[in-house]
Amino acid sequence: MLHEPAKPAEKDPAGPYKMRLGIWMFVFYSLFYAGFVAVNLLSPLAMAAIVFAGLNLATVYGFALIIVALIEALIYDGMCRKKEAEFAAAEKQKSGKSKKGKA
Amino acid sequence: MAIIVFLIFVVFVIGLSLYLGNKAKTSSGYYAAGGQIHWGVNGIAFAGDYLSAASFLGICGMIATVGYDGFLYSIGYLAGWIVALFVVAEPLKRLGKYTFTDAVDANYNSRGIKLAAAISTLVVSVCYLIPQMVGAGVLVEPLLGIPHAWGVLMVGAIVITIVATAGMASTTYVQFLKGGLLIVFSSVLVGAVVIRGLSTQPDQNGAVEFYEYSHLAAVKNGDQIEVTEAGWDVLEQAEVKGGLFFVKLGHEGKETWWYASETDGVLTLKESQSVVTKGAEKWINGAPASADNQLRQVGNLEQIRGQKNTETGSLSIFGFLSTITDKDTIVRTWKTASFTDEAGAKVTVYYPKDVTGDRIMRPGLKFKVEGTWLERLDFLSLMLALFLGTAALPHILIRYYTVPSPASARKSTIVAIAAIGFFYILTLFMGLGAMTSGVINPADSNMAAPLLARSFGELLFAVISAIAFATVLGTVSGLIVAASGAVAHDLMDRYLNVKMDDRQKVRAGKIAAFVIGGIAILLGILFKGMNVTFLVGLAFAVAASANLPAIVMLLFWKKTTARGIAASIVVGIVTSLGLIAFSPELYTLYGMNPLDAPIPLNNPGIVSIPLSFITLVVVSLMTQKNAKA
Repeated sequence: MLHEPAKPAEKDPAGPYKMRLGIWMFVFYSLFYAGFVAVNLLSPLAMAAIVFAGLNLATVYGFALIIVALIEALIYDGMCRKKEAEFAAAEKQKSGKSKKGKA
Repeated sequence: MAIIVFLIFVVFVIGLSLYLGNKAKTSSGYYAAGGQIHWGVNGIAFAGDYLSAASFLGICGMIATVGYDGFLYSIGYLAGWIVALFVVAEPLKRLGKYTFTDAVDANYNSRGIKLAAAISTLVVSVCYLIPQMVGAGVLVEPLLGIPHAWGVLMVGAIVITIVATAGMASTTYVQFLKGGLLIVFSSVLVGAVVIRGLSTQPDQNGAVEFYEYSHLAAVKNGDQIEVTEAGWDVLEQAEVKGGLFFVKLGHEGKETWWYASETDGVLTLKESQSVVTKGAEKWINGAPASADNQLRQVGNLEQIRGQKNTETGSLSIFGFLSTITDKDTIVRTWKTASFTDEAGAKVTVYYPKDVTGDRIMRPGLKFKVEGTWLERLDFLSLMLALFLGTAALPHILIRYYTVPSPASARKSTIVAIAAIGFFYILTLFMGLGAMTSGVINPADSNMAAPLLARSFGELLFAVISAIAFATVLGTVSGLIVAASGAVAHDLMDRYLNVKMDDRQKVRAGKIAAFVIGGIAILLGILFKGMNVTFLVGLAFAVAASANLPAIVMLLFWKKTTARGIAASIVVGIVTSLGLIAFSPELYTLYGMNPLDAPIPLNNPGIVSIPLSFITLVVVSLMTQKNAKA
């Protein structure tokens, strides 16, 4: 039922790329989150300003923090998959060549 | 009805655990469900594990009483998953086997790390267990009509059964089931709230008549307050710290407490609710407490966009929020004050305070973002701990070992972010729905969401209560698996090198689950009455201080040494717990004056997290030679 067998973690050639990407995306989100905390601390009244459909900045920014987290997560997954597929294709090509060479 | 739904759920969960029992015969099966869980199932199980009593009961209750400030927890809890996804998920899956300790110790094989990380897992799990068990007691009390302590005991017994029969396998499916049900039925509840709309006289669809609280005009004669209207006698006056005045009035043979509110020189006495206790005697609102005489549920709008005695009818999602946000909407909130009266009885008064909608819908009612620099620092500290705490919670981290590969760990985290994020948006609607529907128990905000469900009928109440109960079961099961892993796998097997075959290791884990379950039951009884979200916030601070620096630095700083990691974990635990123990909020819990607390912060993260990082760096630099040797 949907389950796969556990396998030992192999060396991941896309690992360094994913780590770098993860750090940049983490930094971006951290700044977005820090902006929310900073507005609350430095200009709390600004949070009461109506900015969209009768909703104030506090509500819109709060929802945005949740929605942006999901969007970033999906982008990250898409980019990781692409890179993993590239390495897998390169690996396949390499093993194909070496088989030919042996033959 | 509620009891039947509740019993069906309990029987199903225990049956499932017994069915899955044969999957927990090996260590891998017991601690990590054999590492075979599909990422989609694991993602929803993550949500089931993470959306604890604090999220469902605590956040909704906090939003219902202090508005937007409660939603800050939703934002912080969700943001923490970004750290888990981008920094921790795949590397941790690669490093670990069953527990958090396995991961941090993977490159070092250090006894110091094993001991420190296992203790940290236990401390964080126990800190997190307390609010879950408190939430369990709060839920079961009105649902089954049994005392708090029995509710906690019952939950403890069921959870121990779940964990001891099938470990992580049954825990995963209970969490999956609960996570899915919680999201679906919370959506149903929010749909019902916006379709019903808002009213200045909420009557729970005609089920409970709206109670109109009275006002009396009064004047001050020197220090004495006198009621203008005839037939009301002032029997006693009380001033509470903070400049609040309460007056005991006698009227037609009944004695009740009123809140004295002065605006622009005009004194008004506002009808309040009160609980007076002396010895074994207890009076509620001037009459002996009984099954028929309990505190009235509260929470309503006094004005909707400047209109009194009105209702909106069905609203859109944005329309619901914007109506409450309007500056001409007035929300009646309820505050609490306690004091001792002239006869020596303990008096707790629940008094009304009207707040405009634009004030409710921005931060500041609980967290003093416009207060002193220390109060602002406390807010910053909380937001930091929430952001960094998620990726350091041992019961969350062990879920990365239940999937087959690092890519599955990543994908399940994304499913978790989608599910958890959606749920947290719903909390704002559920909390505000409770705030305006006359369903809040003024003595305990934790039941706001289930009581909101009851305002739509017994069936929804029964289902939501059963799900809330499942919420506790799912999270507590995960915590007990994590804690039993720390005892049996980290301490007994790896630190003390107790010789055990695989079957004995599983047995040791099950015995540890029994003991930790017992401790959780005891703590759940002792901490009755605390807001569960506040307690979970503290658990996040301990986790972020003790565990996160170790995880981050071992992944990103090559000079990290085993001693550096062990020292940072110990410093993180000791400083965060120490700061909490001497904080104003805990002084209140001890029954002492919070102003006497030597630590002015309620949230320790701003001090303990950097201190733990600094400790790791300094000790690692000092022990470079040892590491090379």
